[in-house]
Amino acid sequence: MLLHEFQAKKLLKGFGITCPMGQVAASPTEAQEVAERFGCRRYVVKGQLLISDRMQHDAIRYASSPVEVAEHARKLIGKSFKVANGQLPDQVIHQVLVEEFVEGNRELYASVALDRASGRIILLASGQGGSGIERRASDDPDLIHRSELRLDGNRATGAFSEVAAAVSPDPELNMALAEVYRNLAAAFVANDATLVDVNPLVYTADRQLVAVDAKVTIDDNSLFRRPELAALRLENERVERHRNELEAQRFQINFLNLDGDIGVAVNGAGLALATHDLLVDCGGQPSNFMDIRTTATSLDIAHGFEMLLKNPQTKAILVNVHGGGMQRCDTIAEGLGIALRRRPRRLPIVIRMAGNNAAFARTVLTNNGVKFSETATMLQAAQKVVELSRKEAA
Amino acid sequence: MAILITPETKVLCQGMTGRTATFHCARMQSYGTQLVAGVTPGKGGRRHLDLPVFNTVNEAIEVTGADASLVFVPPENAASAIIDAIKAELSLIVCVTERVPVLDMVRVRQALEGTSTVLIGPNSQGLLAPGIAQLGVMSTVDAKPGRIGIASRSASLTSEIVAQTTQAGLGQSTTVGVGGDPVHGISLAGCVERFIDDPQTEGIIIIGEIGGSEEEEVAELVGRMRPAKPVVALVAGRHAPPERRMGHAGALASAGIGSAQAKIYSLEAAGVIIAPHAGSIGETMRAALN
Repeated sequence: MLLHEFQAKKLLKGFGITCPMGQVAASPTEAQEVAERFGCRRYVVKGQLLISDRMQHDAIRYASSPVEVAEHARKLIGKSFKVANGQLPDQVIHQVLVEEFVEGNRELYASVALDRASGRIILLASGQGGSGIERRASDDPDLIHRSELRLDGNRATGAFSEVAAAVSPDPELNMALAEVYRNLAAAFVANDATLVDVNPLVYTADRQLVAVDAKVTIDDNSLFRRPELAALRLENERVERHRNELEAQRFQINFLNLDGDIGVAVNGAGLALATHDLLVDCGGQPSNFMDIRTTATSLDIAHGFEMLLKNPQTKAILVNVHGGGMQRCDTIAEGLGIALRRRPRRLPIVIRMAGNNAAFARTVLTNNGVKFSETATMLQAAQKVVELSRKEAA
Repeated sequence: MAILITPETKVLCQGMTGRTATFHCARMQSYGTQLVAGVTPGKGGRRHLDLPVFNTVNEAIEVTGADASLVFVPPENAASAIIDAIKAELSLIVCVTERVPVLDMVRVRQALEGTSTVLIGPNSQGLLAPGIAQLGVMSTVDAKPGRIGIASRSASLTSEIVAQTTQAGLGQSTTVGVGGDPVHGISLAGCVERFIDDPQTEGIIIIGEIGGSEEEEVAELVGRMRPAKPVVALVAGRHAPPERRMGHAGALASAGIGSAQAKIYSLEAAGVIIAPHAGSIGETMRAALN
């Protein structure tokens, strides 16, 4: 789960990280009031969006008076942004973060991240920072100092002072840097984060390190022990994802909306990815990605199929199931039967079933009056469903 | 011979008294796995599935001589159960639990350092050595003792590939699901290394997917070792839309890192045979062996 900038900064402040004076506002009037109260020379108005290139999308703006702050807020709040080739819902700015503009002598970079290759937590630090640091770092690998941290009980330990000394020879700055690194690591561990990233970390004229922008990602699997973060997720997901995708999760199904016209139901993420590849190779376009989890019951599965049947774009349905030790073919067949009784629709259905209880599943489908064509292999199934969807569309 | 397990391996199950664990342990027993004990704190002294239940891993080992563990403990306590098993110096631990917090797995990886314990999982269907033992939740109906070693990041695709290799008349020496989580125990490359050394294994299949760098590690290993046996790979997610999470925590491709194309390119460069699609892996392997 990715946090909004204002949420990330609030979290980091609790761990001794200095952030610019700031407050979120949901309306231009509110934004102006915040700015008046702050009484700064310059302000930044930042649209709260969960995308990475807000600068390019013009969602970050500068102002020199509270009236100007209100004007920017008016333009930003309610503005929507298209992301990721139309497969995600448009993101809308609901709030802006009004901040004091922080002037600095120098921009640096500091990040604590999960490194999946080594299975460790790493500190990434650089004496340079700001936008494009990733690109500059890929040209010059020495730009970023990388150091592994260790977990000692609930504390992350590491060579914070050594890294700080490598980043800057100035003893005053490197003392402050070590402190920032230590605090970021503490915030990372205490919140079950997978990323705590500050860029730029600005060194001001009065020798303070200020987190001008911050990105925090939390491990979804840890939310059972982080109720305050679980509440934030509910709030953020409402705007971040399609409603039917969230609904599907409640029914033990991983569901994503896609642009095509073939409804797809598969058990298991790996087989679903492979089926998706095969369909596209055969010239088809899936209208969704659906991975039925091993814990889904036939009623859960029926909800998943209903989502395919409800979608007017769906011209044909492909069911590719390999019954395993936990999810058997007949459970999925029963789910399809229930869905078709609840939401009758004449659609070509192509089924390829193998593994645990495949033969019994055929009986279940027939008993439920489901009309379907069956193929022996998944390649044939993909070819068949593409052919039938084209006929249906014509 | 299989990898990681022998007919003599004695297995205990942590969390055996739970409902799902009970179901799968009974299946494992009827498959012939030498299940010798259960461990559930607070339930020591009882019997379950006709086996003794102990409060701790150490007690279970002392009495039964178990040398492997299957962890069926809910995500909240799965990591501490694994760490108990590591401290008790078991040689093999299989964890099937889904949704273990990733920081807990960082702790587990630290606990594994300097030990000779092999961890499979979490979020893994487990290990199956057809005809010898089953340690996990996979279906066994299509499995047959044979010549192919399978290492996989996906449980559902493994069932599929097991069926295909059986149909192709090849059978399996061992199948290992490394698990779908970002931080886990044995890697695909760790399995491939053991399959290369295993005389029963004549061909190796790896089932990868987008995200992470494990397929690249396999490419590096195969390029370096140049094994005499064929290595066939499938990388799922070639057409997955970028920046969307598709099921597995591991299946996340962003900004070209861990993309299917990049993985396929490095595997091919190392001499690994890429299966054209998920339905053709058994045939691809049969052709490679002839």
